[in-house]
Amino acid sequence: MNLYEEQEFTKRFDFSLWRKLFNFVRPYKKYFIQLCVFMILIGGIDAVFPILSKIAVDNFIDKNTLDGFWIFCTALFIIILLQAYNVRQMIRVAGKIETGVPYDIRKVAFQKLQQLPLTFFDRTPVGWIMARLTSDVRRLGTALSWNMVDMIWAVSMMIIMQIFMFLLNWKLALIILASVPVLIIISIVFQNIILNNFRKVRKINSKITGAFNEGIMGAKTIKALGLEEESLNEFSKLAGEMRNFSVRTATVASLYTPVVLVLGSIVTGLVLWRGGIQITDGSVSYGTLVAFVSYTVQFFEPVKQFARVFSELQYAQASGERVLSLIETQVDIKDSDGVIEKYGDIFNPHIDKWPEFKGNISFRNVSFAYKDGEKVLENFNLEVKAGETIALVGETGSGKTTIVNLACRFYEPTEGEILIDGEDYRKRPLLWLYSNIGYVLQEPYLFSGTVRENIAYGRLDATEEEIIRAAKIVNAHDFIMKLEKGYDTDVGERGGKLSTGQKQLISFARAILADPGMFILDEATSSVDTETEALIQEAIHKALKGRTSFIIAHRLSTIRSADRILVIDKGKIIEQGTHDELIRKRGHYYRLYTNQFIEEQESKVLAGS
Amino acid sequence: MKNLKLLLKFMKGNSIIYIAAIVAISISSIFGTIIPLVIRTTIDSIIGDRPANLPFRLNNLFEKIGGKEYLSNKLWIVCIILVGLTIANGIFMYMKGKLAALASENSGKRIRENIYNHLIHLPYEYHVKAQTGDLIQRCTSDVETVQNFVSGHMIEVVQILLQFSYVFAMMLILDVKYTLVSILFIPFILTLTFRFFVRMKKVFMKTEESEGRLSSTLQENLTGIRVVKAFGAQNFEIDKFDKRNAEYRDNISDIIYLMSNFWSASDFMCLLQYCIVLVSGVYWTVGGHTTLGTVVAFSTYAGMLIWPVRALGQIMAFMGQAFVSLGRIQEILDEPVEKMDEQGLKPQIKGEIEFNDVYFEYEDGKPVLEGVSFNIKKGQTVAILGSTGSGKSSLVHLLLRFYDYKKGTIKIDGIELKNIDKRWLREKIGIVLQEPFLFSKTIKDNIRLGKWDVEDEDIFRASSMAAIHDTIQRFERGYDTLIGERGVTLSGGQRQRLAIARTIIRDVPVLIFDDSLSAVDVETDAAIRKALKEKSKDITTIIISHRITTLAEADLILVLENGKITQRGTHEELLRQEGLYKRVWTIQNSIENDCLAV
Repeated sequence: MNLYEEQEFTKRFDFSLWRKLFNFVRPYKKYFIQLCVFMILIGGIDAVFPILSKIAVDNFIDKNTLDGFWIFCTALFIIILLQAYNVRQMIRVAGKIETGVPYDIRKVAFQKLQQLPLTFFDRTPVGWIMARLTSDVRRLGTALSWNMVDMIWAVSMMIIMQIFMFLLNWKLALIILASVPVLIIISIVFQNIILNNFRKVRKINSKITGAFNEGIMGAKTIKALGLEEESLNEFSKLAGEMRNFSVRTATVASLYTPVVLVLGSIVTGLVLWRGGIQITDGSVSYGTLVAFVSYTVQFFEPVKQFARVFSELQYAQASGERVLSLIETQVDIKDSDGVIEKYGDIFNPHIDKWPEFKGNISFRNVSFAYKDGEKVLENFNLEVKAGETIALVGETGSGKTTIVNLACRFYEPTEGEILIDGEDYRKRPLLWLYSNIGYVLQEPYLFSGTVRENIAYGRLDATEEEIIRAAKIVNAHDFIMKLEKGYDTDVGERGGKLSTGQKQLISFARAILADPGMFILDEATSSVDTETEALIQEAIHKALKGRTSFIIAHRLSTIRSADRILVIDKGKIIEQGTHDELIRKRGHYYRLYTNQFIEEQESKVLAGS
Repeated sequence: MKNLKLLLKFMKGNSIIYIAAIVAISISSIFGTIIPLVIRTTIDSIIGDRPANLPFRLNNLFEKIGGKEYLSNKLWIVCIILVGLTIANGIFMYMKGKLAALASENSGKRIRENIYNHLIHLPYEYHVKAQTGDLIQRCTSDVETVQNFVSGHMIEVVQILLQFSYVFAMMLILDVKYTLVSILFIPFILTLTFRFFVRMKKVFMKTEESEGRLSSTLQENLTGIRVVKAFGAQNFEIDKFDKRNAEYRDNISDIIYLMSNFWSASDFMCLLQYCIVLVSGVYWTVGGHTTLGTVVAFSTYAGMLIWPVRALGQIMAFMGQAFVSLGRIQEILDEPVEKMDEQGLKPQIKGEIEFNDVYFEYEDGKPVLEGVSFNIKKGQTVAILGSTGSGKSSLVHLLLRFYDYKKGTIKIDGIELKNIDKRWLREKIGIVLQEPFLFSKTIKDNIRLGKWDVEDEDIFRASSMAAIHDTIQRFERGYDTLIGERGVTLSGGQRQRLAIARTIIRDVPVLIFDDSLSAVDVETDAAIRKALKEKSKDITTIIISHRITTLAEADLILVLENGKITQRGTHEELLRQEGLYKRVWTIQNSIENDCLAV
């Protein structure tokens, strides 16, 4: 689990990481160059304003004349206009990068996710992946656009200002230059503390969100156990922690501005002092002094920005690491080069070359273990003839699902081999196998969209007639037509607007439409009303006919109608045979069956009363 | 108005800190306003040779320090004064920051505690009906909006207004005409900013929606990845995601486009204002109406006015949101809390229970229980059988007074329930809910929950009785295993057994199982009940169950149908009658027939 702890940031600057990240900026090179030009222009103009003051003071006030004043005003106006234009263009160009780079990263990451094997999803929380593709990518986008903007602006403005100052008066310029390292160090130290504290406050804040969550979800339990005071005390502790930390953060932060201001006033004071003396002896004009006074104020802004960006980039680096780790995850279930050469890759498959799918499946000495070493299957053997229906029964964690996942090549055996129609399935393309599997979860998974879209998911190029035919086969057509908009009815998120039974029927239609050679049915325990139950049983019957099928079974009627029942315990087949054979044995199957029987019958009686 | 009152309530108790913060702001602003004056005097009257012309009798001070003659030879004194003033300014600025943080975080803590406290004291019924998603939203993001307002924005507004008035006053004293020219564009900047951010709020909402669509598409794909793979629909999914991804990108691009227009317009106005100050200053200086030092001072002052005005516009635009959030919080706080009857009796409870003609309904006219009567003696085990909606859960909930009964009497040890302190009652009657909630703490803390004085042995004993001890021992970290997202996920049966352990550790005289053994297998169910009987024969137990084996062992079985008791008696008695009980029992035998048919 530690793997998914949010690691906030890494201290050392990782050069190769940033090079990889900048690869994402490459398509936007044109914009990036434009951005640099605009930022240098903006920084330059910002640096020019004090010079304009100097010109005004020296040419007009000092000489007490208005000659050329209107030209000066016009020039000023044009510069302002130019700056406004620069700002507008700069924001638009930076925006292209800010929106484009995250778009590209998300796209690449998503494509990667579609190729990763199921084992990855079994072991990686959805929330973790979501966070990578949302907040981390967003942070990267900001880093590669606005942080760059601020950085370029700060650096170019500092350099240009420094040049102007040296041109005006090197002695005064040195005073300001000397203050820069002090300011940078102070700023970086402060920004680091502030940002660190800020993250900690966010962390406590998410704990508080969690506490609210528990308080609301667990309110009934809290009341039943009379724990109100206890629970409030615990919450108060968290809220107090939050307050203390926030106050501490704010205290440090409010020290920063005064420190910078004092440092600035020292520089201003020194400039006034030394500059004043120089005015008296005539080596410096009033205008120059005025320009320097405004430089002492203006110069600190870019330095502050520089320090802020510097700290923020540390967090962006951590985001970058996490995003790259996702993108660079090895795909361990994929077509071999030989297979790709023969049958094409998943984006351009050569469907015409695919072999026929008959449905003979055999497991030969198959072992399977998760990456962390947890063994699920060992030396497992099974022969399934084309068209045979196999029911898998056993407790949760016995290995039923693993067997099915292996048969579908969602997992690959760590040892041994699985043959389909006599050939190791690793020598066939993945897409060929997948497009021959019909997969029905009885806690069915629908996507948001219309009924039609969900059925068509089975075969994306299916015609309207084919969709309706599939729906009719599984008895779904009638209820669909009774829905408000028929096949165009929106099913809601995860099909939430439909009942469980309706969702099951639609997912059967979806599988029928795919017309697969092999059928996988993962039955749920949740019960539906008797009428729907009958419809579903009929649908199952039609779906399985003539196809090799694996059923992870819970319902008696489904189990009984299987050609062969396998009782699985701890990754081994402990009993197998037909229903009648196994009942006569009075073994594990008999016990499982009787328990299940009582429960099913009872719930019928109680529902009817 | 009501919202404002709520806001004041949250801020109450910190008024002295708030006032101190405001005082600190005003002092620091005064220093901040004086500093440009020092520069002006230095340029005009120390380096230059115009009369100082300072307001507030500062002329006297200027002369006392030594006047032009003395100071122009000792310019470092100016430097010291400047730094000294800035340090004084800084100290008060720091104090303001610290005080404001203290006050606002105190208020934030108070807001959170108030809501939490209110929430857990709301009646049981409220939580049954509550829409948790919406509620959590209010408790987190609305509270955060309000807190941000209280902490950042409010103080900032005060600061901006104070600084604005000081600077404005100082400018007026120095030069009225010049002042008016210097603030020419400020109303426009303020309106522009305000209107822009109001508009942005709407655009932001649109972006949030498209971001929501993007993440729900992603989430659907990730949770349905099996289906995607099984149908080989990767390319379809990639296209679908791409559409959302592009839509989100375009929405942000729209925002950036708007921003580019706003910031360039706003920058233009600010710079224009700044240049007008410079140009008109130069014009008037040449005409002799003003001085170079004043121009420099006014340039600084103009900066002190213009930039905060932008911030003010932004804050004003977001202020409305804070009040909307306050309203949403108010709605929670307006819900009446449960009366705990704390003045009620706190009797020693033995466990005799008597229902006499009890009527109960959630909504008027839809009775849930109709005339239920029965007696339970101390130490008896009573089992209740009934279908969904028969009223069996309501019946036990009445016993804990999660709801109030409409008619009839319920007595425990002869005392009317309504006369007993509710919390006392709930401490004495243990109930295990059908879908128990476990907290994201360690297993150990989940069992002792609030009873921090119990020994480890007691915890082990309780969990052994609940038949969960061995399972816990098998976890890598045993009793210190965390439950929930960051730890183990327990099965339904394990959760129920843990909830049983946490209830029996409380040594209650009355124990209720609200269908809470349903996810536990038959053998374990029996083992748990046996362990309980062995521990104490004095515990009165009420069990709601569907299992005949469980029901059969009870001293009394009640069959509840549509809010009425239709059958009562022991297992043998009920088998002799036609009815629901016998029908359920018959199933037991039919299994044999089913298998014999093979």
